[in-house]
Amino acid sequence: MTSALELRQVSKIYGSGPTEVHALVGVDLLVERGELVAIMGPSGSGKSTLLTIAGSLENVTSGQVLVDGVDLANVSRPDQARMRRRSIGYVFQDFNLLPGLTAVENVTLPLELDGISAKAARATGLEAMEELDVAEHADRYPDELSGGERQRAAIARAIVGERGLLLADEPTGALDSVNGEGVMRLLRAATQRGVAGVVVTHEAQLASWADRVVFLRDGHVVDETVAPPGPESLLEAGGRQ
Amino acid sequence: MSVPHALLALLSEGPKYGLRLQNEFESRTGEVWPLNVGQVYTTLQRLERDGLVETDDGEGERSQKRYRITRTGDRELAEWLRTPPALVPPPRDELVIKVLVALQVPETDIHEILQVHRRNVIEVMQRYTRVKAAAKEDDLALALVADAELFRLEAIVRWLDAAEVRLKQLPQVAPVAAPAAPLEPTRKMEVSQ
Repeated sequence: MTSALELRQVSKIYGSGPTEVHALVGVDLLVERGELVAIMGPSGSGKSTLLTIAGSLENVTSGQVLVDGVDLANVSRPDQARMRRRSIGYVFQDFNLLPGLTAVENVTLPLELDGISAKAARATGLEAMEELDVAEHADRYPDELSGGERQRAAIARAIVGERGLLLADEPTGALDSVNGEGVMRLLRAATQRGVAGVVVTHEAQLASWADRVVFLRDGHVVDETVAPPGPESLLEAGGRQ
Repeated sequence: MSVPHALLALLSEGPKYGLRLQNEFESRTGEVWPLNVGQVYTTLQRLERDGLVETDDGEGERSQKRYRITRTGDRELAEWLRTPPALVPPPRDELVIKVLVALQVPETDIHEILQVHRRNVIEVMQRYTRVKAAAKEDDLALALVADAELFRLEAIVRWLDAAEVRLKQLPQVAPVAAPAAPLEPTRKMEVSQ
């Protein structure tokens, strides 16, 4: 079984000569389906670059990026664009729903861009919205939705269809901690249904929803967490440190 | 956790038997703080002695007694709820000391030390988050207890992050000249409450 995402010795250099910036240096990363990985690191550590490279929005300077086992270097630009629409879902900080489209039209936009008929796209879109418990608001416009419903619609758009890889850059934006937790619960639920998820965040509480936390510093992967024991270990220890 | 006040709070809802108090205490603290029945009765005895609770009758087996809160008990509970807990940090925070010491030990990569602790704290946070994720959505007590731990731990991560930024802003951490500086912080920081 191939991994949903694999980065092999990925480096990214911006600029050249004295202004050269090494955003990523020899990064290896494997993300399996069903796994939620958080990327943490200080500003300028390369977190967002890693995400844009994983989403094929940017090319690497050296190294390989494989999405579902396919090396992006061997894929033509139009095919990369198709891959982005079909296999990869994105959740942005401010959700980026288009105001002129209804919730379900926002969700199905990547499918329709891919040439799927409006009717089939709507059915698939409603399915994704159903999973996120927001299908009853399908025909409302973003400004008629609450913040929580907009989040759900944005995540539905990211998982609609057969997407196997979900990429999120600071997906809780300016939400308070409880609503931010709501977003992480939804992302976790999506990955538990078999999607691979990568979340970039600088907040430890949000990262702690991930199965694995990978730490970046100055473009290098410097560390990662090991799989935590079950929650019962805390309760047995009396619950207090 | 103040067991006496927690019991007073449970009794403020109405008279109860000891065993029921034990069950309710555990379920309402998200079962994070186990309490044995012996502790419950010892505490109730003390509360009764201090006039904060009373029983239906003074005689009989302890399990037969039903306890109720007195007016003095109500007042004590109301006052306790509004009394700020001690917020002054422990005099020597172990992690702070370790980081200060690490700055002085030759050939020690301070970033690596900070990262070891950051990872460790986040791994503990992952365990609390799993408790929350596995809990029923309406288990308010457990969510509140887990949140309290998570915010406390997150503050440690933020302190480590801030330490990292402060170190980066220095041109270079100066090696410590002999004689070695004291290993423990000697400056006292007074925090008024």
